[in-house]
Formats: sequence, structure tokens, C-alpha cells
Amino acid sequence: MKLAYWMYAGPAHIGTLRVASSFKNVHAIMHAPLGDDYFNVMRSMLERERDFTPVTASIVDRHVLARGSQEKVVENITQKDQQQKPDLIVLTPTCTSSILQEDLQNFVNRASLESNSDVILADVNHYRVNELQAADRTLEQIIRFSVEKARKNNVLNTEKTIKPSANILGIFTLGFHNQHDCRELKRLLNDLGISINEIVPEGGSIKNLKNLTKAWFNLVPYREVGLMAANYLQNEYSMPYVGITPMGIVDTANCIREISTIIKNQNPDIEFNTEKYIDQQTRFVSQAAWFSRSIDCQNLTGKKAVVFGDATHAASMTRILAREMGINVSCAGTYCKHDADWFREQVQGFCDQVLITDDHTQVADMISRIEPSAIFGTQMERHIGKRLDIPCGVISAPVHIQNFPLGYRPFLGYEGTNQIADLVYNSFTLGMEDHLLEIFGGHDTKEAITKSLSTESGCSWSPDGLAELKKIPGFVRGKVKRNTEKFARERNITEITVEIMYAAKEVIGA
Amino acid sequence: MTNNLSTDNLTFECETGNYHTFCPISCVAWLYQKIEDSFFLVIGTKTCGYFLQNALGVMIFAEPRYAMAELEEGDISAQLNDYKELKRLCLEIKQDRNPSVIVWIGTCTTEIIKMDLEGMAPRLETEIGIPIVVARANGLDYAFTQGEDTVLAAMVHRCPTETLTENTKKHPSLVLFGSLPNTVANQLNMELKRHNIEVSGWLPSHRYLDLPHLGENVYVCGINPFLSRTATTLMRRKKCKLICAPFPIGPDGTRAWIEKISSVFGIIPQGLEEREQAIWESLEDYLQLVRGKSVFFMGDNLLEISLARFLISCGMIVYEIGIPYMDKRFQAAELALLETTCKKMNVPLPRIVEKPDNYHQIQRIRELQPDLAITGMAHANPLEARGINTKWSVEFTFAQIHGFTNARDILELITRPLRRNQALGTLGWSQLIKTDN
Ligand code: SF4
Repeated sequence: MKLAYWMYAGPAHIGTLRVASSFKNVHAIMHAPLGDDYFNVMRSMLERERDFTPVTASIVDRHVLARGSQEKVVENITQKDQQQKPDLIVLTPTCTSSILQEDLQNFVNRASLESNSDVILADVNHYRVNELQAADRTLEQIIRFSVEKARKNNVLNTEKTIKPSANILGIFTLGFHNQHDCRELKRLLNDLGISINEIVPEGGSIKNLKNLTKAWFNLVPYREVGLMAANYLQNEYSMPYVGITPMGIVDTANCIREISTIIKNQNPDIEFNTEKYIDQQTRFVSQAAWFSRSIDCQNLTGKKAVVFGDATHAASMTRILAREMGINVSCAGTYCKHDADWFREQVQGFCDQVLITDDHTQVADMISRIEPSAIFGTQMERHIGKRLDIPCGVISAPVHIQNFPLGYRPFLGYEGTNQIADLVYNSFTLGMEDHLLEIFGGHDTKEAITKSLSTESGCSWSPDGLAELKKIPGFVRGKVKRNTEKFARERNITEITVEIMYAAKEVIGA
Repeated sequence: MTNNLSTDNLTFECETGNYHTFCPISCVAWLYQKIEDSFFLVIGTKTCGYFLQNALGVMIFAEPRYAMAELEEGDISAQLNDYKELKRLCLEIKQDRNPSVIVWIGTCTTEIIKMDLEGMAPRLETEIGIPIVVARANGLDYAFTQGEDTVLAAMVHRCPTETLTENTKKHPSLVLFGSLPNTVANQLNMELKRHNIEVSGWLPSHRYLDLPHLGENVYVCGINPFLSRTATTLMRRKKCKLICAPFPIGPDGTRAWIEKISSVFGIIPQGLEEREQAIWESLEDYLQLVRGKSVFFMGDNLLEISLARFLISCGMIVYEIGIPYMDKRFQAAELALLETTCKKMNVPLPRIVEKPDNYHQIQRIRELQPDLAITGMAHANPLEARGINTKWSVEFTFAQIHGFTNARDILELITRPLRRNQALGTLGWSQLIKTDN
């Protein structure tokens, strides 16, 4: 057992539901108690979805506990089959079904005999995988199932399209800015003369999965979801994939180069002016390259930042801040513990330290210790920032409704670089403005010490010491306070006076 | 609208129970705020935690006095000792927060693996010196607000026994049960006081240490329709006398509630009718908006009967009252008032659908095209996109809706979609889906 107040990644079934309900005409039936269909609320509220979420529950209640859920599950599946005629029904286990240990696969087999829809059981275990891992698996499972079925029926389309084409894998519901990213990726591929074959799962149709293999390659924009499917297609159908997230100027260029290599491998005759395109976009379409040369960005040089989020966004953001803006990333971290090695490798050389944890109190402690000028993280870090008076730009799920903007806000591609530049700049300037106001007495007098997540120091401040401390500008005050206290503690000084402060400054530069 | 009443008696139907509602553990959200010295420990899985985290929204960031004891694989396979694990966590809570009571919320998982919470609590309680109350508020057995019912029922056992002493009071002790924000509880206290009725205590009180005294000579009365287990426990375990009244929701309900309590104490209320009348008059601007409009309750929080009864009093027509669970005994007075209200307003009796099926309800909504559907958030946006006005039902559980004073708030909620859509009405884009599916 562990005491938990907050989690970054949800339970496994959420991942499965996100993938299943992103497809067109796929219905998910959860094997769950009453009340576990909260996913529908989230989708309807956060995505402001106009359609009914295609998720229902086969409810586990007392009767089911006594008699087993076979009849009920089978009945619910066949009923849904008749009511809505989906192409595929995905039976989704939950934590409850994990411990009931019923043979759900057997129910699925029985139900599929009686239904016109295909029926599968999502292969996810609540106690082994989280939301993101489950989403990755479910996507692979659905693709594998459909592709294999098509192959058996001899309708699999393995002949490549005449012009270069791509599948985009891993765009799905409740994903962080996924819809906008998808539009941006389409534009990017279109600019390169590559047509889009299929986008999966968002808006994709199960019936069209037989065409997946027509594409020249797969593009997997996010590390978390889509890689398993891409690997499957690579192993079984020799489809190459590009796994570089096109986030930031440098990585967008890397992604494009990789795409062009893959295409040239398949057809060396194709005229592909990659470098010219990259150069044009970098210097003139994206404003980010110019921004990093402008004097605004100069002011950000060496400023401290902390980055935390899912593996994709945290890694990309770390590299953008360090490599493209000259910002000092003091700590980069992710809650994707299952992908820790990849993350470390990605951010190596771009940050001072790495934090892998899914415990938000550890993140809070790290932030209050480092006292960065800005944080780039999830909704949780935004709240930590609020408590510590540090501005935060939100770069990764989990997020609230305000991170499902109506306006166009991609994080990927060249337009994405503009969005990110704005986000970074606004986070830092807001912070700077705040401090300037404080220096010039614009704010109401706040208590001297507002940053108090760290433990009590054990020394007291004399009135004159405290008065002096108040004169120090807010953005360094916490640090001065801490360093002075440390200095005093080491020398067994219990009361900090102005003299002690100056002494500390001389010795340790507090 | 019509003189031919469909039936003379209410009819009850029961569907499949495939409907959307909140898990009962959500009661933690309002109970930890109500009982200021409590700490709620939900013993469950990531599923439970995820639900709470998202349903509670920003409250999560305000260091709430609740936490998950998240069960891991080792707990399920019984490799770990439940007692030791719970003890470790409860000691941690004691050290960090020092509450006056820890409430353990049992979940589906603790039910299925048959974790003996009731057995462990008394032992641990003496060991760590903090009362531990166990409530099994899980999704296997209950819906949404029934969670509060299980917690209050468990708290009944902790209420001190009334000492039979001073009989200086004008009437026997009266204890009200149901969790309300303190201001609303005070309003109801004062409403009764106008008729010389003293409320001697509330369950829950705003501090655990102030739980009311209960006993044979204590009369109890509920203020919410979902408290049937608590009522039963009060009667069976503490021998209290239950006053079965309609619930003080809407001016009609509040009046009937006061009248019933008064009659039990042999008091004839003075000026009550005028007071009700005055409230109705003050509501006239809202009533003009709702008169003759139709409502469909999909059902998810058990307030439905009382709200429907009030809306019928307001001149609305109710097509269907979906409700998760219907305790006809506990709600007897409310059901009777619903019937007389329908007759008085000369509208057909609505159909009451227990354990509704949302899929079928949506078909019925399509046919009936009600002016307003009261529904959960899962269906609200999709219905709006199809041109049906909706009001999100959960708001009724968080808004202040009890007593004379708050009748206006109910209508504020009810009319909000009507007013909003009136404002947008001339724009001509109420259907916002591409094809009719
Ligand atoms: S329904 Fe059961 S498993 Fe789901 S959140 Fe509620 S208690 Fe937890």
C-alpha cells in the first residue's frame, strides 16, 4: 500500500478507452462497477466532444459477484452490436476485473460468434501497466488484429502508393494538443510532397486498417503511444518508421532528414530538396530561430529552468531550452518510469540533473530546492509554481480544460516552434516583470519569506536582519535566506543579524 | 396542459442499470470539508484515485484532508499484511495531520478481496488512539450520493447516547441528519426556530468531536432523499424515532417538512403559509421562464423525486424521473407530495424509472424533445450539440438548494440553460452535429 494524493498517469483502462474511442465506429465496453465510466465525463468535458462517447460499462455488481459476469458481458456485447453496429467492440478490463479472474477471453469468443462486429479483449493488466503503456498496447493490438484479419481474407493492401506516403500513428483523444499537432504534421508532410495514407487512431476507421501497409513509412510523433504498432509493422511488413519527435527547430529538421532518407532508400530517383526546405522554414517561416538571436532571448541566457512531464515533451523541451535558447535546465524529469533509460539518453548533456519519479512531492521538493526562474511541466507543476511564486508553462499531460484550447496551438513542426517560443518567453517575462515590480515596490508588501516548502531552519532572524532581508529583491531572496541560514547553522549561530548576513555573503556569496 | 391524468397512482419501472453516475467515494469531496477535523482514507486502486483526482478538480491542489491508500499487486495477492500496511499509513496521517477521526472508505477492491476493514479498525483504533470509522462506499453496491449515506450510517454508531435528564425542553430532542454547508444548516435551524422547534444536533456535525446525542427519546429527520441507510441505522441501533417527511427542497417541500415536524411535536405552525407564498412571489421572474416547459431527469443522484416535485409546483411538466435507487419507505412522504402536487397542478404523473438505461433514455429524449434534460456531464455536451437544453445534474448536489432561502438558487440553475439559449436563440445554430446519428 502506498499513500497517494495525486498521479501523473491514469489507470490502464483509460489508455485503452482513449485509443478505442478515437477510432470511428469502435465501441468499448468496460467490465467495471457502476461509476467507473468517468472517462466519458472527461472526454465530453475536456475535448468538448459533440458525440456520445462510445464507451459503456458491463456493470459488475453484487449479483455479478455471486453468479459471475459471463451472461451479462455476452449480452451487453451482443446488444451493443445490434444497437449501434460498430465495426469493433473492445472489451476493456479494469482493476476490478483484474482481481475477479474471470475468463474474459472466453466471453469474448462466445460473444463474437453471436455478433456481426469483431470483438476483442484488450490485453492490459491494471497492476502491470499504466494509462500510456496500455494505450500503446491497445493500439498495437487493434492494428495487429485488423491487419491479420485482412491478410487472412486476402484483402490486405501491400502494394505501395505511387507517390511517397505516410501513416501517422499515435494521435488520439485527450492527448496533449494532439489535434493541433496532427494538423501541423499534415502540413509538414504535404510541404514535402508526401501524402497522408492513414491517421491512426484519431478519426480512423477499422475498415481502412487494411490499407496501412500501402504507406512508405510510419511517422510516430510521440514516444508514448504508437511505437509498439510501428515496430509490429516494421517486423511483419518491413515498414520503416520515423520516431524522432519534430518538436523544436533542430529536431524538426532531424525528423525531416530522417524522412527523406527513408524515402530515398525506397526510391532513389525521387527529387527531394530537404535542406532547402529546412533552411527556408527555419529562417523565415518559424520565428523561433530569429527569436533566439533577438535581444529578448539574450536576456534569458543562463536563466534556470526546470522541466517535467511525459518522456516526449520533457525531453524535447529540455533540448529546446538548452540548445535553442541558451537556458540552463537545472533539472529535467519525467514520470514515464518505464522509459527512463531512453529519457536519460535524450537529455544527456542538456541538463544538470535528471529526475525520474511519479511522486509529485519529490518534484515539488526538487523545484523548491533549485528555485528556477521558470518551470515547464504539467498541471501539477503549475500549482507547485503558484505556491512558490514561480511561473510555469504547461508542456505536457496531465492537463485541465484550459489546455484544450480552441485556437490553433500545435507543439510540433514549425508553427509549434513559434508557440513554444511564445510560451517560454511569456513564462520568463512574467516572472521578470513580477520581480521588477517588487524591486521598485510595486507590489503590496508581502511577508519577507514566501517560499517555505523547505524544512524549518532552526535559526531565528533579528529584526534588523529581517529588515535587510526584505530589501533583497524577491527572486533571490529565498536563496539568500537559505544560504545565510546554512552559513549560520554550520557555525552554530542561532540569531541572524545584518552582520551575519554580510559575512555569509562574503564567504559563500549568498 | 391536459386534464386526462395518465394514472391515479405513481408507477415504477426498472431498467437495466446501465447508466452513468459518480462513484460513491466522491462523498469524500464534500464530507472532508464538512467535518473539519476528519481525514478520509480511500482504500482502493488507481482507478479510484484517478476518479477522485479528476472529479475533485482544483480541490486536489489545496492539501485536502483525504488520501488514497493505493493497493498494489502485493496487497491483492495477500503477500503484504493489510493490518500492518494500514497501520503504517494511519500513523503517517496521524503525524502529518493529527485528525480527530480517520474515515476508511472501502472500495470495490476491498470488497472483492474481502479485506476485513470492520475487523481491523477497532484494533488499530486502540493502538494508535484515533477513532476509525469504516464506510463501504463502493461502486458495486451504491451510486453517487449514497456514499454519504454509508458514511453517516457508520457514524451513527459513534454518536454518544443521550442521557435522560433535563426535561425542561418544550419538545423532545430533534436531530437532523444529512450533510449541508454550515450556512444552510443554520438557515434550517432558524426556520424551525420560528416555530419554537429547537434542533439539538446535526449528523454530521462540523466537528467529529461534536457528534449529536442519540437515544430512544430522540426524534430524527432527514434532509436529503438518499439517506435511507442512515435512517434505518438510527432507528434500529439507536432506537431513534424517524419523522418521515418530504425533503426541504423548494418552498413547497420546506413548508411540508416543517409542517410534518411540527405536527409530530403537536405544534401548529404560525405564518408558514404566508412565508411560502412570499417566497413563490419572489420567484415570479424565474417562474415565467419555466411555466409550461418540460423536463426529463436521466437520474444519477437520488435528488430527482424532490426536484421533480418542486419543478412541477413551478408549473413545469416532468416526462420522466430517472433515479438510481428508490426507497419507497424512506421517500414515502415525498412520493405522496409528488402525487398531490401533480393533481393540484393538473399534470400527468411522470414515469419513475429506477436503474435507468441511458441508451434507451436517449432514444426517449429524442422522441419527446423535452425543453430541458437534467443529466450527467457524459451526456450534456452531446445532447446540447443535438439541440437539447441540458443542466448538469451534479451541480444540484454542490449548490445550496435547501430551505426557503435557497429556492431561488435551484431555479437559477434550472433556468440557466434556458436563459443562455434564449440569448443565443436568434443565431440559428442549435444543431451542431454533422449528420443525425
Ligand atoms: S467504482 Fe469501485 S473501483 Fe471504481 S472508483 Fe468506485 S470504488 Fe473505486
